[in-house]
Amino acid sequence: MSQSAKDVYVVSAGVSKFAKARPDKTFQAIVKEAVDYTVKDVGLEYPKFLELVDGSVASYFSDHFTRQLMAGIMAQDYLSLCPKPSHRVEGGGATGGICFQEAYKNIASGDMDICLAYGFETMSHVETWKGNEFIALASDINFDYPVGGFYSGYYAMMVVRHMMEFGTTVEQMAHVSVKNHNNAFHNSYAQKRQRLTIKDVRNSPMVAWPLTRLDICVMSDGAAACLLTSEEGLNKLEKASGKKYPRVKVRAIGRGTDAMRMSDRPHQSFEDFYKYNAMANEQDGDSKKYYKELWAKHFKYPGIHSFRAGRMASKMAYENGGIKDPLKEINFVELHDAYTSSEIQTYEDMGLCKYGEGGSFAASGKTFVPGVEYGLKLESQPVCPVNPSGGLIACGHPVGATGLMQAAFALWQLQGAIGKHFGDATLQLNNPKIGAIHSHAGTGTYVTVSLMERI
Amino acid sequence: MTHKQIIEETLDGTVLFNVPFPKNIAHLKEMSPIILKHPYHVEYLHSYGQDSPWFAGLANKKLLGTECPKCGYKHTTPKLSCMRCGAETEWKELPPEGKVHSFTVCHYGAEEFLKETPFILAMIEFEGWNTLLLSRLVGLDPQQANLKWVGTKVKPKFRRNSKFKPTDVWFVPA
Repeated sequence: MSQSAKDVYVVSAGVSKFAKARPDKTFQAIVKEAVDYTVKDVGLEYPKFLELVDGSVASYFSDHFTRQLMAGIMAQDYLSLCPKPSHRVEGGGATGGICFQEAYKNIASGDMDICLAYGFETMSHVETWKGNEFIALASDINFDYPVGGFYSGYYAMMVVRHMMEFGTTVEQMAHVSVKNHNNAFHNSYAQKRQRLTIKDVRNSPMVAWPLTRLDICVMSDGAAACLLTSEEGLNKLEKASGKKYPRVKVRAIGRGTDAMRMSDRPHQSFEDFYKYNAMANEQDGDSKKYYKELWAKHFKYPGIHSFRAGRMASKMAYENGGIKDPLKEINFVELHDAYTSSEIQTYEDMGLCKYGEGGSFAASGKTFVPGVEYGLKLESQPVCPVNPSGGLIACGHPVGATGLMQAAFALWQLQGAIGKHFGDATLQLNNPKIGAIHSHAGTGTYVTVSLMERI
Repeated sequence: MTHKQIIEETLDGTVLFNVPFPKNIAHLKEMSPIILKHPYHVEYLHSYGQDSPWFAGLANKKLLGTECPKCGYKHTTPKLSCMRCGAETEWKELPPEGKVHSFTVCHYGAEEFLKETPFILAMIEFEGWNTLLLSRLVGLDPQQANLKWVGTKVKPKFRRNSKFKPTDVWFVPA
């Protein structure tokens, strides 16, 4: 990150309620719902907002779902934003996270003072099986898709390897589903508000062994938006609205990539892991000894059990943001739990625990929300709640909106405004200062991590 | 006693030429949305490009990978540009036997493959090769999935009449 980057603030956000299907509106009108909410929360009339905003970034994943090219400009004109600058970003499941970061860059570079990030997906326009097919087209169509393209199958193969390397269990994975669904019970925006047990998760229909239907997120229609500003932009908005906003800054961003084909992922040595991928909190003697022992058991990194892109995105964000010990310094994380297994893998990538400890960490209680009833016996008190909103598994995953939904929920946590927006303050954490949002595309190809901080 | 009956939802419908319309257009916003079925079919002329020899190999019962002449990196799924150093790679035959590196049983899937469920997907590793190959695993009972399948020695089987798809090869326990 450039030293000359300007400070970037997140001022407000909005989310349309995510639903299985929204035939009542076209995608532009669903985006408008999220933007109307964002503008209202700033305390501005829409025409005044239009006068002040400098431009936008649009986020949606698949042209197939809309059967409409250039959908971005159609949202832009429905929002009355023409002729201001805009562009569309696309990076699979990480599209929303990339959009947030591109809006950040518009401000940090000095190009804009006020930038609107908006995203959507309308996945109900085809049946679930066709939707699975569209999503699977985000795998190599020469070598992978024709073999039986199915994303749940790909993630299942990744977690089978995680189970082999580290002894991770399906019950540990089910803890993630129980946690996130029970959290979402208190989130009025969530698509699935259910109180589940470990047994419910394991007894639900098998989709791709060992992942059951309740280990996997669902398809959704929905939109989300987020307003980012410079210091000057913030002053302009406050002057226009007569309001004073809580200061929430983007502390740092990071992004990483890995090969599209899972089969192409490298299997690196201990030395290369330490040269390229190890984090600040893994440099001590005990950590090196721990990893040395892993490699002594023929362990290789990242293989197909870990997301190197997630590690590199986290490492970059932490280095840019001065984070040394993420579990202690970050107060909560909204991460991309398209699968319970990928939440566990992501704990490790983000350095909340070491590689190999994700399973026991998931079941320890450290990532649960204080004051929420889970019906589980947990050995540890919450330390760093993960997906306090309910995550993708329970809130839904309208791909282009998802990363911005995470930004909205993280902003509201940092503003102390969860009660106001969810209509239920149960999920409001006690005075959080730093939150991380993590957005992830197909089997870990593009991953973004952004750190938000209340000052 | 009532008998619970589930009537399946399908995308069949009726051709409709008109809909009710309110006398007062102020009521228009209360109307339900009009939803149409719209087919979409495309014939692509897809080229395998530089990957083509791999498919020709399958048609001749040969399983190929690529090796980097500069750094020696061996790509089990072919890549003509070395992933490690960027040099142009050379075609090379894979060993006759590999091992299951990981697997899953797909009970659902994309529409195109639904009729084939449950099927086993596996990542195959080969001694001395740096990356993996995604393929179907045949000859194990999909209902008996367990972690012991990892490490199973496997060998390739080839379709007699090639369809020039990666499914022209699959693996069975050796």
